[in-house]
Amino acid sequence: MKAVIWVLGLVPATLIVVDYLRGRLGANPIEEVLHRLGWWALVILLISLAITPLRRITGWNRVIRYRRLVGLFAFAYATLHLLGYVVLDQWFAWRYIAEDIAEKPFILAGFSAWLLLLPLAITSTTGWIRRLGRRWVILHRLVYVAAALGTLHFFWRVKADTRAPILFVLVLATLLLLRTPPVGRKLAVWRGSRAEIRNGGHRSARRRDDQVPAPGP
Amino acid sequence: MVWIRKRREPGDSEITPYDTWLNRRHFIGRSAKAAVASALVPGLLSACDVGGDTEIARVAAAPGAGGKSGGQGSARSRVSGSQEASDGPSQDRDWTTVRSELDEPLNSWEDVTTYNNFFEFGTGKDDPSRHAHSLRPRPWSVSIEGEVGKPGVYDLEDFLKPHLVEDRVYRLRCVEAWSMVIPWRGVPLGDVIRRVEPTSKARFVEMTTLLDEEQMPGQRRRVLDWPYVEALRLDEALHPLTLLATGVYGRDLPNQNGAPLRLVVPWKYGFKSVKSIVRIRFLDSMPRTTWAVSAPREYGFYANVNPDVDHPRWTQSRERRLGEFRRRPTSMFNGYADQVSSLYSGMDLRQNF
Repeated sequence: MKAVIWVLGLVPATLIVVDYLRGRLGANPIEEVLHRLGWWALVILLISLAITPLRRITGWNRVIRYRRLVGLFAFAYATLHLLGYVVLDQWFAWRYIAEDIAEKPFILAGFSAWLLLLPLAITSTTGWIRRLGRRWVILHRLVYVAAALGTLHFFWRVKADTRAPILFVLVLATLLLLRTPPVGRKLAVWRGSRAEIRNGGHRSARRRDDQVPAPGP
Repeated sequence: MVWIRKRREPGDSEITPYDTWLNRRHFIGRSAKAAVASALVPGLLSACDVGGDTEIARVAAAPGAGGKSGGQGSARSRVSGSQEASDGPSQDRDWTTVRSELDEPLNSWEDVTTYNNFFEFGTGKDDPSRHAHSLRPRPWSVSIEGEVGKPGVYDLEDFLKPHLVEDRVYRLRCVEAWSMVIPWRGVPLGDVIRRVEPTSKARFVEMTTLLDEEQMPGQRRRVLDWPYVEALRLDEALHPLTLLATGVYGRDLPNQNGAPLRLVVPWKYGFKSVKSIVRIRFLDSMPRTTWAVSAPREYGFYANVNPDVDHPRWTQSRERRLGEFRRRPTSMFNGYADQVSSLYSGMDLRQNF
C-alpha cells in the first residue's frame, strides 16, 4: 500500500517533467508548472484530511497508517510550489519576494500556509510524536489553518472563474464538519448500528480496533 | 509598427496586377535593409504622433519575401491574397527579422494563438484555441449606433473597404502581468470613427462583443456579465496608436484572437482590447465596462499599463514576457508614454486606474 502511495504521489511531478520535455506546458510554462504544483499540494493536503473521516465512516482503521506519508507528499508539493515561485518565477529577486509577501494578501496566504506545514513535516517522525505526546496532537491541528489558507490563496489567484476554488472550499468545509463532535457522535452511532447488524448484535473485533489510539487529528 | 500596406486585403477580384507586384518587390528589395534597420531604432513609434497621415509608418517587408517566390500566381497570393487564418504566419515575409521599435523579438504564432484570455470560449488559457472553432466570423456585420452622423448596420467587408490596412508590431501587456510582442494587422480606429462622423455630443466609444451562446459556448456560464463590453474615451479612440485589428502575422485573425474584428490599444491592459466586435456605440457619458463591473476595486475604466499602480492582488511593476525567463520591468503606458501620456495630463492615475 505504501508503494502504491509513493507511485501515485510521484505521478503529478512526473507528468510535469514529461510535459516539459515534450514542450507541452504551453506558452507560459513557468505559470503552468507553478499552477500544477500548487494544485496538487492542495489536493493531496485535502486527501490527507479525508483519511480520519474515512476511517471513522468505514471503520477501516489501517488507513490511518498512511496519513503521514500522504501529508508529507502534500508538504513536498507545497515546497516545490514555493521553490518554483522563488526560483522560476522570481529568480531569487528577494526584494520583490519580500514585497509580495508583505503587500499582497494572496502571496501572504500561500506563504503562511507553507510556513504552518513546515513544523508539521519536521515533527512527523515517530520520535517527535513520542516526545511531544499530547502536545503533538495540538500542534498538528495547525493543518486545518494551513488548508484554509491554501484554499484562500487559490481563491485569490483566479480572476473570475471561481468554480475550482469553490469546490475546494466545499470539500474542506465538509472534511472539517465531519470532525465536529455532534457529527462525530452521529457517525459513531451510525457505524455502531451498522456493525451490530453485520455481526448479529455482537460487539465485533472491529469495534475493539477503535480503542487503538491514533495520533493527531 | 514596421510598415504599411497600400490597400485593404483584397478579395479574389482585386489581386494586385503582376507588374505592380514586380515593382513592389523591387522596392522591397531596396528598402528592406533600411526598413529593418529603422525598425530597430528606438523611438520610431514616435513618428505616429504625426497623426492619421498615411506617412506615419514605413513601407517595408523582410528580405525573405521574394526569395521563395515560385510561379507568378503563388507569388501574387503571397503578397496580396486574403490569407486563411488557421495554419501559421503568412509566408510573404520573414517574420523572424521583424522586431518592434525597441528591438524586442516577436512572440511566435503558437504563443499568440494558443495562450489567450477569451472567456467566451472558456477560462483556461488554451480553451479559446480549442473551442473557438464554433465562431463563424464570416459573414459579419458591425452596428454603428449612438451619437453619430452615419449610424447603421454595415457589412464588415464594406465597412473596412475604404481604409488602408497596416501591419503594426505592438507590445501587449496583460493585467495578469505577462506580455507578448505581436504583429497585428488592421486599420486605425480613428480613421473609421471619422468616417462615421460622431456628433459633438460623442465623448466615449463603446464596443461590444458578439452575444451568442451557440457560437460562444463560454457564455452559457455567467463568469462575466455577457456580452463583453469595453470602451474608450473618444480622444483615446482617435489616437493614432489605437488599432481596429483584422489580422495577425499577415493572416486574418484566428477565431481565438477575436475574429473577425477586435480592438488593440497597446498602452492599456489587454482586457480593454475587446474581441469579435459587433457594435460600436458613441455615447455622451462613460459607459459601464465588463471588468470594471465584475470587480470595480481591481479593474478601472482606464486600465492604462502603470507599474506604479498595483493590482490589489499582485504587483504590476514587473511582467513576464512570454518566452523569457527573468521578469522584466513594466514600462509606463507599456512603453508608449511619449505618444499617449498627454492624453492624461492633469489626471490622477492612481484614482483613475
